[in-house]
Amino acid sequence: MLTPEEWVAVYLSLKVAFWATFWSLPFAVLAAWLLARSSFPGKGLFDGVVYLPLVLPKVVVGYILLLTLGARGSIGQYLDAWFGIKLIFTTAGATVAAAVISFPLSVNAIRLALEAVDRGLETAARTLGASRLDVFFSITLPLMLPGILSGALLSLAASLGEFGATITFVSNIEGRTRTIPLAIYSATQLPDGDAMAIRLTVVSVVLALGSLLLASLVDRRIRVMIGRA
Amino acid sequence: MIEIDIRIDRPGGFSLEAGFAAPTSGVTALFGRSGAGKTTIIQSVAGVVRPDSGRIAIDGEPFFDSARGIDVPIEARRAGYVFQDARLFPHMSVERNLRYGERRSRAKERPIRFEAVVELLGIGHLLARRPHTLSGGERQRVAIGRALLAQPRLLLMDEPLAALDAARKAEILPYLERLRDEMRLPILYVSHAIDEVLRLADMVVALREGRLVAAGPVGEVMSAPEILPVVGRFDLGTLIACTVSRHDERYGLSDLAFFGGSLRVPRVEMPIGAPVRARVRARDVAIALARPEEVSVSNLLLATVEEVRLLEGPYADVVLKVGEGHLAAMVTRESAERLALRPGLAVWAMIKTVAVDSRTTDFEARE
Repeated sequence: MLTPEEWVAVYLSLKVAFWATFWSLPFAVLAAWLLARSSFPGKGLFDGVVYLPLVLPKVVVGYILLLTLGARGSIGQYLDAWFGIKLIFTTAGATVAAAVISFPLSVNAIRLALEAVDRGLETAARTLGASRLDVFFSITLPLMLPGILSGALLSLAASLGEFGATITFVSNIEGRTRTIPLAIYSATQLPDGDAMAIRLTVVSVVLALGSLLLASLVDRRIRVMIGRA
Repeated sequence: MIEIDIRIDRPGGFSLEAGFAAPTSGVTALFGRSGAGKTTIIQSVAGVVRPDSGRIAIDGEPFFDSARGIDVPIEARRAGYVFQDARLFPHMSVERNLRYGERRSRAKERPIRFEAVVELLGIGHLLARRPHTLSGGERQRVAIGRALLAQPRLLLMDEPLAALDAARKAEILPYLERLRDEMRLPILYVSHAIDEVLRLADMVVALREGRLVAAGPVGEVMSAPEILPVVGRFDLGTLIACTVSRHDERYGLSDLAFFGGSLRVPRVEMPIGAPVRARVRARDVAIALARPEEVSVSNLLLATVEEVRLLEGPYADVVLKVGEGHLAAMVTRESAERLALRPGLAVWAMIKTVAVDSRTTDFEARE
């Protein structure tokens, strides 16, 4: 069905998308909470920075990542020197690129869900003896779950489709950074690559449809669970 | 003693300045129209709203004291709050809602037992249900139970019946009476509905536009002339403590004995000798100079005019002395002049039977 080279690209894509979503989700919840619920000096700037990857050309985002997190980048050199973390030309780097690109999408979904949580319920919980942190975990977070789920789904989808930032930041190396979109791109550059490009395109469509179906299934179950069905 | 003495100024013109003390037993009603500041007061007690200055203390222990910089966090106040809109947690079953506050209370300080609350409020059959499957009345009962199980030292109720229709109100009121009579818990009860206040309250704090109008026992405050701007001219009346003296099975009537004699009212479902409150609205009291014969009115009381206040507009307030007590009457200014009503004049007060609004509440016995 698929060639070993194509399986590698599929596996790598899923791995990158999963870890990018996994690591960015807690930060997305935190950022959404800061944007929806708190006020601090520089909040407007913070808001802008969070949404920047959405409006910048992806290649620009990739280049900025290269400048900052690259081997001689302002942050990258210390990551390597202190922790031995190398992002350039690695799967970890591809994961970072996917996480950065998908971050604003998940923040936005989670923020909308957070703004929809009835604050009266949180007040009620506090009069019942719950501290702020307790209220967050027992009331706010469960009621935000549908939003977190759709944020995670958007993040997965954006990560699976990430191209521009990845190729700019970590290049196109088979088995390390060549995810499905990059593999399709490479295939279209080859004289006899059409078959491979078509097979990977089918895989992309199947993955996208599958995750949408799964998400709506899980979403329905969560809504029943939190009494919003 | 629950001491409240707070000031709040909000941009936009709302200002609240109220000081009073409520007993740490029984129901104290905060009574007034919307915008009077009732809810703001109990929100301040709960800690949801922070007054600009002042002091709130329970039995001498301050929740809030601006002079000493004390502002106890909401969750540490143990002030049970029943919201108008119930605010049950939608992602939890009724039982988990009920247990939410209980689990967060100190295990050694749980005098209010789960089984007792479930029984008191009649919600045992709802425990496994989700809030969105409950009726409005059931939701409110669960919300009351949830607040009680958090082991509060006082209960704040913010118009708990206002969002319900008349049938649901009638369903909940008996539970509130049981709550008042069986739990040793002070209750601050916010309401703009005169019938709820009369039925439930021991003390009344009447508020108007952020200022205290009157405070004291329900019988005094609800009969006081100062209450006029709060209840409105057409609901002004006298609250009379009575005891049931006789039932007339044939016509479905009851006789109530009170300081000025006897009142005949529609049947009251209470045993003979039981104390009840009857409220007679001033506009339902008519005045005659001679004993009227052959009238449908069955309550005729001999009275003495004590005071006549001619008001601007068409009305006059008349205060009558009946036996040892007072009865407020409202007549037109024209009638007052035609009958030459003046202090000292002996008159007959006529009260229509149907106009007496008797309440099956034993406030005398509980004082």
